Amino acid sequence: MLTVRKLSPQRLWLLAGYAAAAAALFSAPLFLSDFRLNLLAKFLAFAIVALGLDLIWGYTGILSLGHGIFFGLGAYAMAMYLKLEASGGRLPDFMGWSGLSELPFFWKPFESFGFAVLMGILIPAVLALFLGFFTFRNRIRGVYFTILTQALVIITATLLVGQQAYTGGTNGVTGYNDILGESIASPDTKRMLYWVTAAVLVAVFIVCRYVVKSRFGKVLRAIRDGENRVRFIGYNPAVYQMVIFTMSAAIAGIAGMLFVLHVGIISPSMMGIVPSIEMVLWVAIGGRGTLIGAALGAVLMNWAKSEFSTTYPQGWTYFLGGVFILVVVFLPNGLAGLASKLKLSKTREVRSEAEHDGIEHPAV
Amino acid sequence: MEVITLQLFNGLSVSSILLLIALGLAITFGLMKVINMAHGELIMIGAYSTYLTQNIFNDYLPKSMFDWYFALSIPVSFLIAFLFGLILEMSLIRFLYGRPLDSLLATWGVGLVLQQLARSIFGAPNVAVTSPSWLDGGVTFLGAVLPYKRLFIIGLVALTLLAMYFYIYRSLEGRRMRAVMQNRDMAACLGVSTRRVDAMTFAIGSGIGGIAGCALTLLGPIGPSLGTYYIVDAFMVVVLGGVGKLVGTVLGALGIGVFNTMFEYWTNASLGKVLVFLCIVAFLQWRPMGFVAMRSRSLDS
Amino acid sequence: MTESSILQCDEVTVAFDGFKAIQGMSLHLQKEELRFLIGPNGAGKTTMLDVICGKVKPTTGSVTFKQSIDIAKKKEHQIAELGIGRKFQAPSIFPSMTVFENLEIAMRQRRSVFTVMFARMKAEERERIEQQLVMIGLQDKADWRAGGLSHGEKQWLEIGMMLLQEPEVLLLDEPVAGMTDKETDKTGELLIEIARHRSIVVVEHDMEFVRNFASKVTVMHEGRLLKEGSMEEVQRDDRVAEVYLGKRRDADASRSTA
Repeated sequence: MLTVRKLSPQRLWLLAGYAAAAAALFSAPLFLSDFRLNLLAKFLAFAIVALGLDLIWGYTGILSLGHGIFFGLGAYAMAMYLKLEASGGRLPDFMGWSGLSELPFFWKPFESFGFAVLMGILIPAVLALFLGFFTFRNRIRGVYFTILTQALVIITATLLVGQQAYTGGTNGVTGYNDILGESIASPDTKRMLYWVTAAVLVAVFIVCRYVVKSRFGKVLRAIRDGENRVRFIGYNPAVYQMVIFTMSAAIAGIAGMLFVLHVGIISPSMMGIVPSIEMVLWVAIGGRGTLIGAALGAVLMNWAKSEFSTTYPQGWTYFLGGVFILVVVFLPNGLAGLASKLKLSKTREVRSEAEHDGIEHPAV
Repeated sequence: MEVITLQLFNGLSVSSILLLIALGLAITFGLMKVINMAHGELIMIGAYSTYLTQNIFNDYLPKSMFDWYFALSIPVSFLIAFLFGLILEMSLIRFLYGRPLDSLLATWGVGLVLQQLARSIFGAPNVAVTSPSWLDGGVTFLGAVLPYKRLFIIGLVALTLLAMYFYIYRSLEGRRMRAVMQNRDMAACLGVSTRRVDAMTFAIGSGIGGIAGCALTLLGPIGPSLGTYYIVDAFMVVVLGGVGKLVGTVLGALGIGVFNTMFEYWTNASLGKVLVFLCIVAFLQWRPMGFVAMRSRSLDS
Repeated sequence: MTESSILQCDEVTVAFDGFKAIQGMSLHLQKEELRFLIGPNGAGKTTMLDVICGKVKPTTGSVTFKQSIDIAKKKEHQIAELGIGRKFQAPSIFPSMTVFENLEIAMRQRRSVFTVMFARMKAEERERIEQQLVMIGLQDKADWRAGGLSHGEKQWLEIGMMLLQEPEVLLLDEPVAGMTDKETDKTGELLIEIARHRSIVVVEHDMEFVRNFASKVTVMHEGRLLKEGSMEEVQRDDRVAEVYLGKRRDADASRSTA
């Protein structure tokens, strides 16, 4: 994609910026306390969901309010492995409380870490493919699709709460000891997990960047601009939408697995309507249609939440609601949009002498 | 026999409430392509309006008159929710026309603020509204006892529907509304004040939400997040029913209400919801735009 | 039909909620033919194009491409892939993408997800796009967001996109609407040039344009075929004069509002 001779000064700066960001990301354990590091790791997991969400919302124009579920299913897959690891061959505690005497058959394979990771990606992906197949093919889109994703959240959350014996019900799945033989609470493991999360974030970022810069990404943007027009060029938008929605769900599943490792619990309330829509807010604030904006938005919003929501719970809710309204109405492209607007108006001043007509830059 | 009667009746009862909630949503979506996620909070406002009316009757009026508070609380709930809707439309919604997804997010923010506001004023715990004594008891029909409260709600919904029908299809305002719905630009050219029509329609939709809130007080205690339990189901009604005609919304509400009750009876609450969802997805394979669909010649509307 | 037939519409009927937009219309198109489809408002011209490109499914009747492919059963994107391109009345380009990107995705290529995901811009492809840019006069605006172009430029971009698609049949709905006289002439010459290798159906209201460039004209009225022939034959026809040319002022008036 990048050849050396194409490196303009602007590109160089961009690369330098990425390099600096990556360096800061990976060296964070050197100057953050264990507590802060754990928080940051959680935020990075959220940033991964935001990247996936941006692929479908920012680039393809499909709003999913169901990403909490994909995130949560990934998290449950990992939680099942951790729970079995912690129970050490005995029945997980909540199953005993609910009157089960034997491990359900579908729990058994989760004793394997590899299987759990695979399922953490596959289950959300398959669910997304299922929903996508039955909607995009019939041109159910826009708000109709969005409402269906929200309904998916409700039924999945109710199902998880209702099947207490198999899922831990409202309390979710918690109480883990170790992962792959290492104690999950030890600072060393935590640091390792942070690095893993940071590495996954960078990898997902690179994949997403490749996708949006590829011709595939251009077709996605074309679908966002005019789905029907794309059809008359000869592309089948439904297939593209299914693929990107599935991919986005898989990314959310990966994020969910990492989240459980840092937080040590997953419960239906962490994947319901409110968390799902908050994920959308991260992308909206950072800037839909820019990957870096979406990731930064997730980190920023969650940092703000951890700082303020416990001290001023009421104020936080007002703030959250207010931000929703303000960003959507006044800053449709989020902070990234604001930044590029400021940059643009600066360059425009210089250029306006030479050109009478304002050139708009491609929205990438 | 009794079981079937009772289940059908329960289904009808759930449908009627869904319909009352979905009416406002369907109209605002059909007219201005705005998805109002704060509709649940307008329901909540209607419910708290009823609660306040009850308290005022309790505190300031003789005991003998208490039973009549409910009759008054219906127009009060409508009016207060109407006013909230009007303010919401004029301050925010008007900027979001034709942007359904953005309107969904922004109004969700509004809903969040309104819920928190209710929590600050009335406290987070649920409050109970005492139903008037004339709604206690029920009538026995084919061996099943049908509570008066639920019958009353069904009647209230039927009445509201009738009023809506006359408003939309028989009144001058309604004709303007339909004109804007079918062709906004043309209606504007012909001198219809689309601003006014939009504001009025949104406010009326909100007011009906208020009535729904009032009705919900008959069924149990109310709290700041009352509306969130119903809002997604109500949106499913809109998806299922399609936009543009009242009859679609009615069919959508009946479908979801009856099937939901039936499935929940046969299985359990959580599996029942899954089955209803699958049925809706299956139905949309057959009619992707819902029961009624408006055609358009434009390529991407 | 003969060997050179490329598109055959027979007895096509289209009904919308009981309203019959097209009633038993037939249209036969030869290879390398430039056909003009005219008729008063509501005659069903645009709907006819919609039927051919798959946007509207015919209620009855058959549409056959290249003598053997039944188009009525295909989806829009399949029809486009077969080689039928459509330009809509309102310029429909992708506004948030650059002019170059618009052309890039329209360009003839394999359109499966996998191929497109790993597609690289080949030097030969870049050259084709750049040639097309020159032809449509947008070579200096390749990096502009397409949404920022003027109305006429958008029309040109869409024509360019369609040419890069390399369809065998082009369906154009009022291609010169919103163009200056000079641009209109340029479009007409371009159509004649294109028709040396491909077939074109043009729906047009601009009678001046039709008269200057049409060889064969099909007149539709109330969803039916009214007359088919050369421009002279059509102009001589009494029925055409009655329903259409007699009301020319109406037709011209409607063009300005379209």
